[in-house]
Amino acid sequence: MNVTTTSTAGEGAKGPHPGHVSSLRSANPRYGERIIRAILAAAAAVSILTTVGIVVSLLTPAVEFFTDVSIVEFFTGTRWAPTFADPSFGVLPLVTATFWTTVVALAVAVPFGLGAAMYLSEYASEGVRRILKPVLEILAGIPTVVYGFFALQFVIPYVLRGWLGLDVGTFSALGAGLVMGVMIIPTVASLSEDAMSAVPMSMRQGSFALGANRMQTTVRVVVPAAMSGIIAAIVLGISRAVGETMIVAIASGQQPVILRDPLEAGQTMTGFIASAALGDSRVGSLEYNTLFAVGLLLFAMTLVVNLVSVRLVRRFREAY
Amino acid sequence: MAAVSTPAAPAGLRRSRGGERSLVSLAFLVVLWLSLFFSFVFLAILVITTFIEGLPRLDVRLFTNYTSAFAERAGARAAILGSLMVVGFCALLAVPLGVAAAIHLEEFADRHRWYNRLFELNIQNLAAVPSIIYGILTLGVLALLGVKNKNIVAGGALALALLILPVIIITAREALRAVPNDIREASLALGATEWQTVWRQTLPAAIPGIATGTIIALSRAIGEAAPLLVLGGLVFVTYDPNGLLSGFTTMPIQIYNWAGLPQADFKVVASAAIILLLAILLAMNGLAIYIRNRYQRRW
Amino acid sequence: MMGRTSMAQSDRTIHVGQTSAARTAESAENGLGRVDGRRLVESRLSPQQELAAEPVAVMECRSLNVYYGSSHAVQDVTLPFAQNEITALIGPSGCGKSTVLRCLNRMNDLVPEARVEGEVTFRGENIYASDVDPIEVRRRVGMVFQKPNPFPKSIYDNVAYGPRVTGMKVDDMDELVEKALRGAALWDEVKDKLHQNAYSLSGGQQQRLCIARTIAVEPDVILMDEPCSALDPIATARIEDLMQQLRERYTLVVVTHNMQQAARVSDRTAFLTARPDETTGNRTGVLVEFDTTAKIFSNPSEKATEDYITGRFG
Repeated sequence: MNVTTTSTAGEGAKGPHPGHVSSLRSANPRYGERIIRAILAAAAAVSILTTVGIVVSLLTPAVEFFTDVSIVEFFTGTRWAPTFADPSFGVLPLVTATFWTTVVALAVAVPFGLGAAMYLSEYASEGVRRILKPVLEILAGIPTVVYGFFALQFVIPYVLRGWLGLDVGTFSALGAGLVMGVMIIPTVASLSEDAMSAVPMSMRQGSFALGANRMQTTVRVVVPAAMSGIIAAIVLGISRAVGETMIVAIASGQQPVILRDPLEAGQTMTGFIASAALGDSRVGSLEYNTLFAVGLLLFAMTLVVNLVSVRLVRRFREAY
Repeated sequence: MAAVSTPAAPAGLRRSRGGERSLVSLAFLVVLWLSLFFSFVFLAILVITTFIEGLPRLDVRLFTNYTSAFAERAGARAAILGSLMVVGFCALLAVPLGVAAAIHLEEFADRHRWYNRLFELNIQNLAAVPSIIYGILTLGVLALLGVKNKNIVAGGALALALLILPVIIITAREALRAVPNDIREASLALGATEWQTVWRQTLPAAIPGIATGTIIALSRAIGEAAPLLVLGGLVFVTYDPNGLLSGFTTMPIQIYNWAGLPQADFKVVASAAIILLLAILLAMNGLAIYIRNRYQRRW
Repeated sequence: MMGRTSMAQSDRTIHVGQTSAARTAESAENGLGRVDGRRLVESRLSPQQELAAEPVAVMECRSLNVYYGSSHAVQDVTLPFAQNEITALIGPSGCGKSTVLRCLNRMNDLVPEARVEGEVTFRGENIYASDVDPIEVRRRVGMVFQKPNPFPKSIYDNVAYGPRVTGMKVDDMDELVEKALRGAALWDEVKDKLHQNAYSLSGGQQQRLCIARTIAVEPDVILMDEPCSALDPIATARIEDLMQQLRERYTLVVVTHNMQQAARVSDRTAFLTARPDETTGNRTGVLVEFDTTAKIFSNPSEKATEDYITGRFG
């Protein structure tokens, strides 16, 4: 069929509706829009800058530190006394304290967190879940300084010494670790519950149809299916435990010693950083730089742990 | 016709060995219930003991007095004002920056480019970095800016802002993502530009979610002490903070200080301050929940 | 407003701008075509409609090819869209009709993997030229979507949104809003509740609101992507009647999977289908036939078209 085309240039179109006369080539370069988009991109870039900043602000003094102290001494030495007249820079005492508090925290957070997650995901009705989940989140919202104070005031004297009759002093890695564990329960529970809820209903129904009860289904079907998410949750819990400062600074101990068992008191890596900052070392001095060396070690540890966790989370999210 | 005999029914359908009512099953359920219960009991004991200990000192002195060497004269006035000021400036810094970054990442950036995925990984990692590291970062930034005394309100606000920035970005992105794409398409089809679409449709629709996430992030900032300790954490502040360059203290720092003092009376004041802090947090989270329930649109 | 008549009673003549070769007298009389003794879909045109002998195309696509990543979604489509007419795009699912539609207002720009080759012209200008601003294109070529998508604002603000963001010079916004709502046959139903939230309207009303919003910016062309598929039959009928009114002022291009709707409403119809690629198995949309609606539905030239129309496939 024959069709003619109207042209735009300068003419109005035929027909009852006049239409636009100007060209499609915009006379408006829309600078405002471009500026705004540049600003937004810059804002996003700040997040990269932050990471770069963290690395640089840790690396520079830490490198200076390692020109004075050998890496071997740092990682294998067993005495941590950076401010003494006869200084020693073996970081192992701090690491053992961090280790014990983390282990104790996980010993609390994993069973209770998983148990709570299993209940909320597999057994609780919608109404119950809507009430209980926020309450669990409250645990996550309590400031860590409050937890630390509670550990010092109540858990160590009354629970550990009084009720359990353990031989602990004012400070104890066990006391700090227990309380830290409770603080981490919401993290473990929430991520595990997400993972378990993501397991398709069809899997559970398949199990029920075979005659399994809820416990068997939960333990043998749902948990294995959600395993990568559950591990991600635990790994994230490790990260929080390692990085936690206030609870251990208040309740775990002020003296850096090699901890052989958690009942004793010992200063953790984070505890050291907090107390070193309150001291008055000269900026640029070796004492001052130890803070950054320990900070770098802390950052590296949590970075590795976090990356593992992110990997696992992505894997469980993709599976379903 | 041969009679068809029914084989004896196994143990009846009502009571089977591995059914829902079996002992092991019930024990399991009890264990799960207890693990949930444990958390709540812990929370209850924490709140109750703190309340009992701190109630005697929950009085006017807490609000009007500065800290002191004498427990009966100590109050949290500087800490309260310091918290409000530092968190206030922190919000001014972190919220626009975080929302802007979220808008860029969610609405304008091409999701498939490799550097944008690096962004996401980076932000997820930053959200899990120990808070004390942000204090160290702020030390570095302030040193770069040539600031000598780092224990100032601006420093505290910066440290907390950097700390909660990833959280704000993540929650803002989720809020933006929840806005259905129909709305964006309709706006663009009418001839609006992408920014007009974001500013007039997407962002307003996402505001309840963003507000909720922001309030929760700020409530975390109020409770933080570690990054501020690294900045210098002056714990004996006996004046009101009066500006960005002023020295300051915050409630968590003050509590930390009092908790470390040997006198029993200081522990009482610390408990009272904790009650106050928890009350503020309760109010903030309550506000967030209210906003979410009232304004959140279920698409 | 045109009433609906049942199929058996239709008794209208069709005025066709051009004669076609094989047309039986029977079909000219009662609008029903008979091929192989099977009844084809009724084509119902109002007596006033006269298709121009020489239609003026306000938009055209020429050799349009669309790729999503490596998959060839649409191949070599050339179609004119005549002014003040309703052109329907029909075909089985996956034939690319929505893709073609979205090329007409550059909405495919929003899909990152989409690549468009060929030309789409608006009044002679290629809208895919490198210095053309897609925003300007969309102000002249509006779109109504399959699922009604009003903004979460008041009815008034929905309609006023387009003029506001495109910077139209408006002396009296109230008047413009009323005009648009009248044009969408919605004014009487909402005139007392202009400031209520748009979500309080029913589905059909929301879709008419979307139409009002689109005509408020005074486009030349209105694209409709299965506008009635989410609506009930009564709402559908109202929108179809509205389409007839709209074509007096605008040019409409409608994608529909409902053949009867295409036959009822459109002036010209394009039939597309999805051809599978022998090697990859991917399907590519191609244009099979394009002609006046009367011819397509009574006496199509291509067998594929006839198969689709009579329901032998798709």
